[in-house]
Amino acid sequence: MKRLSIIFLAVTSLALVISSCNTGSRDTKSNGALASNVAEKVYVAPGEHDEFYAFISGGFSGQLSVYGLPSGRLFKVIPVFSQDPEKAWGYNEETKPMLNTSYGFIPWDDSHHPDISQTNGEVDGRWVFINGNNTPRIAKIDLSTFETTEIMEVPNSAGNHSSAFVTENTEYVVAGTRFSVPVPQQDISIKEYKGKFKGAVSFISIEPEHGHMEMAFQILLPGFDYDLAHPGRGASHGWFFFSTYNSEESHTLMEVNASQNDKDFIAAINWKKAEEYIKQGKFKTMPANYAHNVYDDKTHTATSTMKKEVKVLDPADCPGLVYFLPTPKSPHGCDVDPTGEYIVGNGKLSADLTVHSFSKMMEAIKNEKFDGDAYGIPIIKFEESLAGVVSQAGLGPLHTEFDDKGNGYTTFFISSEVVKWKVGTWEVIDRKPTYYSVGHLMIPGGNSRKPFGKYVVAMNKITKDRYLPTGPEVTQSAQLYDITGEKMELLLDFPTIGEPHYAAGIPADLVKPRSKKIFKLEENEHKYGVKSSEEVRVERNGNEVHVYMTMIRSHFTPDNIEGIKVGDKVYFHVTNLEQDYDVPHGISMIGANTSELLIMPGQTETFVWEPKQVGVWPFYCTDFCSALHQEMQGYVRVSPTSSDIKLSWSLGED
Amino acid sequence: MKQKSRILMLMGALLPLFLFVFPLWNITLEAPQYPIPLGMDIYINDFADMHPHDIKNINLMNHYVGMKYIPESIPEFKIFPIVIIVMAFFGLIIGFKANYKWFLGWFIVMSVLALAGIYDFYLWEHDYGHDLDPKAIMKFTNPDGSVMGFQPPLFGTKDILNFRAHSFPQLGAYFLAVGMMLSFIAYIVGKKEKKLSNINTKWEKAVLSE
Repeated sequence: MKRLSIIFLAVTSLALVISSCNTGSRDTKSNGALASNVAEKVYVAPGEHDEFYAFISGGFSGQLSVYGLPSGRLFKVIPVFSQDPEKAWGYNEETKPMLNTSYGFIPWDDSHHPDISQTNGEVDGRWVFINGNNTPRIAKIDLSTFETTEIMEVPNSAGNHSSAFVTENTEYVVAGTRFSVPVPQQDISIKEYKGKFKGAVSFISIEPEHGHMEMAFQILLPGFDYDLAHPGRGASHGWFFFSTYNSEESHTLMEVNASQNDKDFIAAINWKKAEEYIKQGKFKTMPANYAHNVYDDKTHTATSTMKKEVKVLDPADCPGLVYFLPTPKSPHGCDVDPTGEYIVGNGKLSADLTVHSFSKMMEAIKNEKFDGDAYGIPIIKFEESLAGVVSQAGLGPLHTEFDDKGNGYTTFFISSEVVKWKVGTWEVIDRKPTYYSVGHLMIPGGNSRKPFGKYVVAMNKITKDRYLPTGPEVTQSAQLYDITGEKMELLLDFPTIGEPHYAAGIPADLVKPRSKKIFKLEENEHKYGVKSSEEVRVERNGNEVHVYMTMIRSHFTPDNIEGIKVGDKVYFHVTNLEQDYDVPHGISMIGANTSELLIMPGQTETFVWEPKQVGVWPFYCTDFCSALHQEMQGYVRVSPTSSDIKLSWSLGED
Repeated sequence: MKQKSRILMLMGALLPLFLFVFPLWNITLEAPQYPIPLGMDIYINDFADMHPHDIKNINLMNHYVGMKYIPESIPEFKIFPIVIIVMAFFGLIIGFKANYKWFLGWFIVMSVLALAGIYDFYLWEHDYGHDLDPKAIMKFTNPDGSVMGFQPPLFGTKDILNFRAHSFPQLGAYFLAVGMMLSFIAYIVGKKEKKLSNINTKWEKAVLSE
């Protein structure tokens, strides 16, 4: 407790020092004339399109949200790790396998860090990857459909936090564990943490054409907490950098015990070297059990496969694979500038940023300028890789992104501000407050070789009084700043879903042309799909009944079904025959213990209904599809189990 | 020097064959809900979508007012291609062999056929716009109480309920028209050439007889 109060004192006094230094440059509220100018900068006229897409993580909602910039308008919440009754994600028979894990079906996760696929170090707009933190998973969202099409569970991992970041040609997406755990899991005392717990860092390979994911290999690192990561680029392509904390390897009262070492590490991993070791067979094949779930756009159906082993590299057997860069004060964000030369460690318990130089690091490795090792991993002497320090820039630095003019932008959680500084000279240029307690920030392409330095989005952890109150739980929010000038300018507050952790942005023109309008009916390969209303039918197999149904403006075929009995399990396989843009239909059945289906043109989806009562029960279209939407409905007659009424179905018969 | 008129005639006979490549006519429907309009290209042997699935979507729209589906095929799609091929064939024979007066003959026959085609198109449009399902979901009447028709314009632009319909000839039709014009020009040029050659012969004869 004594230590706690000392930290508290230190933090508050430091905050006082810093805030008193900054009063001069802090902005007060803009005047009216300025405000109207600001409004113009975020105004996207009705019918016009935004300049950028922003993919903002949904945090504890488990989803990924799609916003437009500069307007801050929400376009879509893409269901990823959590069930979504609106889109039947995880409710319909087709997508239930997407949420399968080695622990069984899990309806929720905590999504943190989206990253857009890259080609030659530039965002290419093909896929977004995002991590599930709680039950370690990596998901891939296809930006031609804006749907989740693949989810890979990560074995030997717990708290999948330093994820899901891609290498500069999307060779890999990485997944680093926040919590170290016994690998393989075993029944041991928690007190045996030190030495027995390991931190797995996973490299998932991405097949270049279709993006198929495969667990390529894992590297078993010491039992620290692996917090965030970013890839090398340019000269440092082939390396990946992970920040760590808890190099103390403590397992209880972490807020104190994991904050004792003056320096933790940034782990520099040479993944090209790892590929060589894999080729040489220096890996160990470990038994494992993890789900690999794939959704197919042709069958409109997901399959879940359990994988049973994983290739593991031990750095002790693989010299040159991993180096530790000492980095002060429990670094959180680990960010690489567009040239790939500078690696920024955001020491969250300090007021400084530590910047490492890639070329100096390589020089130090060549000359073996080491300061001992940790579990056989060489620790590079602090001064040898140090490029510079952005000193006293604020309090509690968390994350850094870059513009295309050689500036870094760092968030400071405790002093609640974004600070702009010059890469190379490390001088602070500008600072702007955030409302309040900013976490990540995002510049479109801001962690690639080619940032689009027009806006920065700051994602806040707290909003308090910024919006109309909504009871104890208030909205989450982000803030948009113009960064085209020397000084940043706050343009807009906008509410977000979940907790917006990280985001990834991209010019809309790189995504828009690839966005699909419909699914082609002739390419529908769904097992229970039908391509015309002539093929509809109802089939009985014991107490299992399959309804092959179609929908088109403004009717279901069939819309009258008789011969269903209490105790039946009725599968409605419903195909939307429309081939027109933005004409989805929905369907729901009274008393069905599941969500609606929302079916896109050319798509087939299935829900299950288990009628419990005799009677005649209606179903209807849930998406206002057309002028005759209210007429788009039908009836199912349910008879007693003992009844011998034959199955029959019809449309338009009197 | 009778070559010029023959070349014109041969070109005139060949140009209508572009009807097999380019559409003859186009009907486009604009509405607030269709920022990208729905459209149908009419070829001499086919109805084609302007954008994928346009005809299916036109049918879906039109079924609300009881209009029939646009058929997959119509008898004209068999007749028109034969007419064009036969006319091109005769045009070529005439161009190579016949007297310039035949050029005019070909032009007149082609004009009659083209007018007949347009009239046929009008009849089809009229039927399509007026032969409505008595169980139509939405029935509209004109101010005089008669049942409202939904015939697209033969040529030009017309508002039909929430749609603005455009009907205009396309590249194929322009090739046909230019081909026909060339045959007519070939006739005039041929006539001049004839006169010239007559004068020339007279002059030659005069020279020779001296």
